[in-house]
Amino acid sequence: MSSPRYVVGIDLGTTHCALAYAPIPADEAEPLPTPSILAIPQLVAQGTIEARELLPSFFYIAHESDGPQALPWDPQRTYVVGEHARARGVDAPARVIASAKSWLCHPSVDRRSAILPPGAPEDVERISPVEASWRYLEHLVEAWDHVVAKGDPELALTKQSVVLTVPASFDASARELTTEAAYAAGLQDLTLLEEPQAAFYAWLAAKGDAWRKEVTAGDVVLVVDVGGGTSDFSVIAAVDKGGELVLERVAVGDHILLGGDNMDMLLAHIVEQKMVAEAEAAGRSLELDRWQRISLQHAARGAKEKLLGDGTANSAQIAIAGKGSKLVGGTLRTEITREEVQQAIVDGFFPLVDAAARPATRARAALTQLGLPYAQDPAVTKHLAALLARHAEALPSSGTTSPKMLRPTRILFNGGVMKSPLLRERVARCIDGWLGEENVEGARVLEGADLDLAVARGAAAYGLARRGRGIRIRGGTARAYYVGIEGAVPAVPGMEPPVTALCVAPFGMEEGTSTDVAGGELGVIVGEPAIFRFFGSSVRRKDPVGAAIERWKKDEIEELAPIEVDLPAEGRAKGDVVPVTLRSSVTEVGTLLLEAVPLQPKKPDERWKVELSVRGNE
Amino acid sequence: MVPPVAPLPFFTRLWFAWVVFFKVLFDGLFAAKLYTPQLEAPGEADKPKLPEKPAEVVVEKVVERVVEKVVEKPVAGPPPTDAALQLLALLQREGRFVDFLEEEIASFSDADIGAAARVVHTGCRKALREHVKLEPVRAEEEGAKVTLPEVNPNEVKLTGNVQGKGPHTGVLRHRGWRAASISLPTAVAGHDARIVAQAEVEL
Repeated sequence: MSSPRYVVGIDLGTTHCALAYAPIPADEAEPLPTPSILAIPQLVAQGTIEARELLPSFFYIAHESDGPQALPWDPQRTYVVGEHARARGVDAPARVIASAKSWLCHPSVDRRSAILPPGAPEDVERISPVEASWRYLEHLVEAWDHVVAKGDPELALTKQSVVLTVPASFDASARELTTEAAYAAGLQDLTLLEEPQAAFYAWLAAKGDAWRKEVTAGDVVLVVDVGGGTSDFSVIAAVDKGGELVLERVAVGDHILLGGDNMDMLLAHIVEQKMVAEAEAAGRSLELDRWQRISLQHAARGAKEKLLGDGTANSAQIAIAGKGSKLVGGTLRTEITREEVQQAIVDGFFPLVDAAARPATRARAALTQLGLPYAQDPAVTKHLAALLARHAEALPSSGTTSPKMLRPTRILFNGGVMKSPLLRERVARCIDGWLGEENVEGARVLEGADLDLAVARGAAAYGLARRGRGIRIRGGTARAYYVGIEGAVPAVPGMEPPVTALCVAPFGMEEGTSTDVAGGELGVIVGEPAIFRFFGSSVRRKDPVGAAIERWKKDEIEELAPIEVDLPAEGRAKGDVVPVTLRSSVTEVGTLLLEAVPLQPKKPDERWKVELSVRGNE
Repeated sequence: MVPPVAPLPFFTRLWFAWVVFFKVLFDGLFAAKLYTPQLEAPGEADKPKLPEKPAEVVVEKVVERVVEKVVEKPVAGPPPTDAALQLLALLQREGRFVDFLEEEIASFSDADIGAAARVVHTGCRKALREHVKLEPVRAEEEGAKVTLPEVNPNEVKLTGNVQGKGPHTGVLRHRGWRAASISLPTAVAGHDARIVAQAEVEL
């Protein structure tokens, strides 16, 4: 294989994808290139193609009445990815897949089975969450080949060095499934990177060497990334290691399905209520149709951006068009004030809370329809408080008393929602309040640029850093992983047998390393898939490989999708029990690899891959 | 009797409709001038009534002409109207432009028209800014005194007491607009550009 010419950073987002690229410098002396953003050709309306910087992560399964959904490189396509797919999501929602990425990390469903779109009509051929991600990546591959490579096989995206971003909260199986999608799309030279880290790399790249003036040894950077569909937090510490400044990712948050779309929906709802009330006061009845709801959502987003922007406007006019082709006379009009937006968005999603606040959880009804586990508490700041408290001991404490929370000294914002200065200010004030409770100084905000595209840019910058150009953030796995071993006790009705969690990969295990799991001998039956329970913990930092944990605090260790090892019968009799030990590695790509190694190998270096996330819990 | 009038080219009409639309909307006097002769000049209104049939013939001719153009298409290469239709479709999609112009607005109140204008203005402006980069022809503020050593007739129009040789000195009344760049969406093969907006049927 020829060596790649470009590093390419791909932000495979919940609501949008973006691609940044930079040529790989031929030698060390060349200045570091600045990543550029690819304008991605996509269908934006029926039969209309436009190149845009963002590719909405929506997939539309065309109906026969739509005709072929032609792209410059494929005249007969039967599905759509991008802006037109998103627009069809409002018109014909049953045929559109949204938030495929959130399904990709949903532990209770089989993510390789065709389940999307949920509730689709009979004639729709459903696809799996993995395939949806694959289609988005495929579109990027084709768009790149059309725009940049133009038929030159050397320049094809599959030949370039690609950095693909995933949420920091993605567990081992979601990462694995993401790489599966990438390989299906033809990518070969692949590395995964956590999104908040990518945002930080984008900041580093934008600052050049000047960043060392703003972040010095002892600083703790909190990355707050609130995008369209999800919120993702990470903490990166700058540590002095033998006179050299080292950046280390020390904590990541949970996967929270909460973002800008929730805020727009709330605001649209408020405006609709207001319009209905105004109409009723005037003695009319009012019901909005689909056209009007679409324009209302757009108008609400516009009003939100205006009123949460620089803070000069006190109110925004909202006008939505009448039904059908009638515009005048049917147009509805109302006004939304700054206070209303403030109350709904700033206080609703970013309330000023104290450090002890925690997101509310309520027990879900037993028979809920299988859907995405949306966040139950919309307060982003409460989720943030919970994260900082949970990782209070992530850094060695300098004082005598152990701190109640991880104390950030710098904040870096990312994601479309955080473009609002008002919201940035609110989060910073909230965090300063918590630091005040601990009697320490407030945190300083690091000024980022272009929060929509920073992740893609940062991913490309990281691609250059991996080639020895620029500082790298260390971190390793954000979780420790455990295999559940059921104790051999007599069965008691109504009581689950006790489970011991055997640590197979410690917290912070670095890329490219592997380790044998001592002390955990498992018996596997040849020719039958053996399924083991699998666990992860983002807070147990000190468990070494092979540690057997019998008791843990609630919320400390969470159960993930089970893992499976299927021993081929070759060389052994079917039904035999083969004793194996486990070996874990973190690959160069950034995924966790578990292998079963037989104690008595039949051939040298014999081992079998343990499949992560084989099927759902249900 | 009626002097033969050649139909204006499409782009000119689009521009004209655009300008007149805002002028009617925001300039009450201008609107009144346009509006009054139609209703309150019976003497003049009678005259056009006679050649009603010929007027219809003219309309038909226009239709024929369009048909002729369609027939000529394959010979003349890509028809020049496609880009214009794309722009129109864009303005309709984002700002309901065609809906607005095609609607009879005489009977509606200013408040109703104003509300609709907001929809049209927000959407069309977004579409325009995303696809056409406009910049003023002259950088000076309107009302400023300018001296022009020479006049490029494409860029500057002299008005008022137009005479003599340059350099000309006068007051900048309108800065002018220049499309610095334009990027229209491209249509895929087989797409019927004449459909400015699809009909919608909800199942």
